[in-house]
Amino acid sequence: MSGDPLALYVHWPFCVQKCPYCDFNSHVREEVDQAEWREALLADLAHEARLLPGRRLHSIFFGGGTPSLMDPATVAALIDAATGHWPAESDIEITLEANPNSAEARRFDELARAEVNRISLGLQSFDDEALHFLGRAHSASEGLAALDAAQRAVPRVSFDLIYALPGDTRQAWEKSLGRALSLGTEHLSLYQLTIEPGTRFETMVRKGDFTPLGEEESAELFELTQAMTEEAGLPAYEISNHARLGAESRHNRTYWHYHDYAGIGPGAHGRRLGQRTMRHRKPENFLSAVQRNGHGIVEEAPLSPLEAAHEALVMGLRLDEGIEPDALARRIGVEKIVDEEAVARIERLGLLTRDERLRLTRPGKLLLDRVLAEIAA
Amino acid sequence: MTDLSRIRNFSIIAHIDHGKSTLADRLIQLTGGLTEREMKAQVLDNMEIEQERGITIKSQTVRLNWQAADGETYELNLMDTPGHVDFAYEVSRSLAACEGALLVVDAAQGVEAQTLANVYQSIEHDHEIVPVINKIDLPAADPDKVKLEIEEVIGLDAEHAVEASAKTGIGIEEILQAIVDRIPPPTGDREKPLKAMLVDSWYDPYLGVVILVRVQDGVLKRGQQIKFMQAGTQHLVDRVGCFTPKRVELDELGPGEIGFITAQIKEVSQTAVGDTITTVKNPTEKPLPGFKEVQPVVFCGLFPVDAADFEKLRESLYKLRLNDASFSFEMETSAALGFGFRCGFLGLLHLEIIQERLTREYDLDLITTAPSVVYRMDLAHTKNEDAKTIELHNPADMPDVNRIISIEEPWIKATIYTPDEYLGGILKLCQDRRGIQKELTYVGGRAQVVYELPLNEVVFDFYDRLKSISKGYASFDYEQIGYREGDLVKMSILVNEEPVDALSMIVHRGTAEERGRGMCERLKELIPRHLFKIPIQAAIGGKIIARETISAMRKDVTAKCYGGDATRKRKLLEKQKKGKAKMREYGNVSIPQEAFIAALKMGDDN
Ligand SMILES: Nc1nc2c(ncn2[C@@H]2O[C@H](COP(=O)(O)OP(=O)(O)OP(=O)(O)O)[C@@H](O)[C@H]2O)c(=O)[nH]1
Ligand SMILES: C[S@@+](CC[C@H](N)C(=O)[O-])C[C@H]1O[C@@H](n2cnc3c(N)ncnc32)[C@H](O)[C@@H]1O
Ligand code: SF4
Ligand SMILES: [Mg+2]
Repeated sequence: MSGDPLALYVHWPFCVQKCPYCDFNSHVREEVDQAEWREALLADLAHEARLLPGRRLHSIFFGGGTPSLMDPATVAALIDAATGHWPAESDIEITLEANPNSAEARRFDELARAEVNRISLGLQSFDDEALHFLGRAHSASEGLAALDAAQRAVPRVSFDLIYALPGDTRQAWEKSLGRALSLGTEHLSLYQLTIEPGTRFETMVRKGDFTPLGEEESAELFELTQAMTEEAGLPAYEISNHARLGAESRHNRTYWHYHDYAGIGPGAHGRRLGQRTMRHRKPENFLSAVQRNGHGIVEEAPLSPLEAAHEALVMGLRLDEGIEPDALARRIGVEKIVDEEAVARIERLGLLTRDERLRLTRPGKLLLDRVLAEIAA
Repeated sequence: MTDLSRIRNFSIIAHIDHGKSTLADRLIQLTGGLTEREMKAQVLDNMEIEQERGITIKSQTVRLNWQAADGETYELNLMDTPGHVDFAYEVSRSLAACEGALLVVDAAQGVEAQTLANVYQSIEHDHEIVPVINKIDLPAADPDKVKLEIEEVIGLDAEHAVEASAKTGIGIEEILQAIVDRIPPPTGDREKPLKAMLVDSWYDPYLGVVILVRVQDGVLKRGQQIKFMQAGTQHLVDRVGCFTPKRVELDELGPGEIGFITAQIKEVSQTAVGDTITTVKNPTEKPLPGFKEVQPVVFCGLFPVDAADFEKLRESLYKLRLNDASFSFEMETSAALGFGFRCGFLGLLHLEIIQERLTREYDLDLITTAPSVVYRMDLAHTKNEDAKTIELHNPADMPDVNRIISIEEPWIKATIYTPDEYLGGILKLCQDRRGIQKELTYVGGRAQVVYELPLNEVVFDFYDRLKSISKGYASFDYEQIGYREGDLVKMSILVNEEPVDALSMIVHRGTAEERGRGMCERLKELIPRHLFKIPIQAAIGGKIIARETISAMRKDVTAKCYGGDATRKRKLLEKQKKGKAKMREYGNVSIPQEAFIAALKMGDDN
């Protein structure tokens, strides 16, 4: 583990506005002092580097919030510093999450010069009405233009869509998805709308302003998605992520394979040598913590083997390839990671398969959370 | 000690929620028993559960000192009583210790079933009754109409009824003066041997068992060696006092007075309410008549969700019983639920309260089985056993049907009091529950119906249904009238083909199918979907009489999951696993606790 290649996550916590469905650590501020933030993130990074010497870096991910609002010079400085601390592997993946507003799209070339080689674009929908419902600041055509700019700027592009919105039909989604598959990206993230606690959407649902799409309808749309993406050669390699073989996000696979990663910036989580780390969520608190302590950590705790086993399980079963329970148990140092009796029971229901690997079947994928609760050791 | 002529002992009686405890607040406040700062709403309802539910469960006695119009200071002993029918025995004890009662009637609601039930009890004790029309501050208050009702329905003279508002304080002085003027002082002889009534007792963690007494004759003092005549035990009195409502120690209690004593007694079970207390040295000859013993009428099983909590449950039940001798418990085992207790209660509210206290105050997760009444069965002889009669407290213990010669069930006489407009719905309800109509009288815009009903049909949800049919206006009182034979069968509920004995019940053959259908429908709502489909069936013997199916769950998956979510997802998983551990599994189906009780309350459309 300590010799494994390392992934680095950098969190940029600011957005132009707060989307009503979003429960990410994102904040709206009148003004952001780019220089101050550059210093703080560099300091936070240096702290992690001191504790993780001698590793090689295989991916960096700028997530948010809206990292496309970062000064490209800050992105460049962080990439330089990171590869200075840890030698980069030759095929290092450097992803930046971008919002498809025209202002931000103009920076893609500059980001590419800073060595960002992958852009993940938050298109969310091709339909202006849906974008309006989702409270997005961009139109569909602006989104497509940004996609075009991204594809020209960097070699690898992915985009996100949110589907299964209230009232969504099979026909409409079939059309949207067909369009998404025709745009020439090798990777797609297709998320069903989730009503998250504490969001404006949650309040609206509670007040009866709208009703989320039903369980049966959502399930059908999910199945349609599996079929269409597979047909188009971009099968699901994770519950909501689709890619041509070899074009998977290396960074996210670090999470799902339950390997170490350093996480810096407000609210970032990380896992360092069996320790779980968490940074201050609120930007101002993060800044003052860095000024005070030289890092933004609010909590650092060891994970018990059982906790680690549970985490590895919840992450690993999201992958189409599933997990190797015995190997994973050995790696974490627990006797077993799943309750085999429950596994056998769920296997009889046709929701998973168990040989050397443990994998969900297609109906099983729709029931992952419940299956986890049944089989976790 | 106070001169007999300046003592007044009275209970406050009323239908539930008509404002007894709030009136007691005002009386305490006006006479200076508590300062403004010490005061809070329904101050005598000192159990957490009483405050939370806004109801009185236990009677409370307070001594007030008040200077009347004649310039003399009177000792007023006030007893606040509960209004709910389950706790009627508390009222009857209090009445036995008094010479009069304040009959509180809500000015907007008028006379209701418990008003009548309590008034009749009070009249039996030859009490002087002072009617108080409360809540006259309400816009819907109609004191004249209520006075008319009191005269027509109860037959009490309401001309001098006091109009009051316990909320705003109107009429409180007038009530105090009426108590002094109209309720007779107690009688008694200081020179005679001690004769006192054991009215109530409870456990106090600091004082041990505290005994509430009413002295008839003689004097009760600290240092006396006393005797409980019925129990035959002796004790040394170490404290004498009263509540104002603060605890105040006194030198003695004289004839006519109400107060408390402690006598180094460890357990409430050593003190039988209604017992007569006298001295060892100079005992009285004739004991007081005593009280009728209260009998639990509703039984159910309580099982710990976690088998390891069995001992904790036993201890908690024991502790609760220290303060509430009216419920009973004995150990019970069940194939599916393991070790638990079969408990007897005075009614469903009583059951609910005990269950809630166990969960909340003692932090226990419990499964409550279907409430049941006590059946009597005549059994034929077998090869190894003679014919016999048994009492069945638990449907799970139902003997082999072939051996049953006859089954008898308890019946009650129910008095329902309702505005006319709901009468139709109520008659239908009683009819559906196998009721036999005995009387129907109209007074003003109201009707009083008397029905004989099997208790079995009442324990589940009769009260809820009555309330919903009448939008809360109908009220209900009942008394037991003995056992009658009935065509009764055991209905089992099967979840995923496995019988759930906590849900089995004894029902009348004629209503079994409807009951079964209702249960299956409710369970379909109450049991969450699983990864597979679940049949739910009701059966009598081997015959399925109703069936529903819970379809399999289709989708339960988190769409987006980032690195940092590992912790969040893990915590969610751990919570889910914990939740699951709190449920019981039957045929691989997890049934949430709430389902057991909720399943028995039939829907409004039944
Ligand atoms: N408006 C108004 N409300 C009142 C008055 N007296 C009592 N209440 C309210 O009526 C409700 C019931 O009052 P309680 O004093 O708890 O009634 P209770 O008769 O002691 O009830 P139980 O002990 O449960 O039988 C409470 O919400 C009181 O605030 C009054 O004079 N006017
Ligand atoms: C870190 S978020 C946002 C990135 C970027 N700020 C944006 O909005 O385009 C990554 C993706 O998660 C998805 N997402 C966020 N909240 C969601 C929700 N409540 N339900 C479904 N998908 C959601 C969106 O597709 C979003 O692009
Ligand atoms: S822009 Fe992205 S991160 Fe910001 S609020 Fe919207 S969804 Fe959340
Ligand atoms: Mg009360």
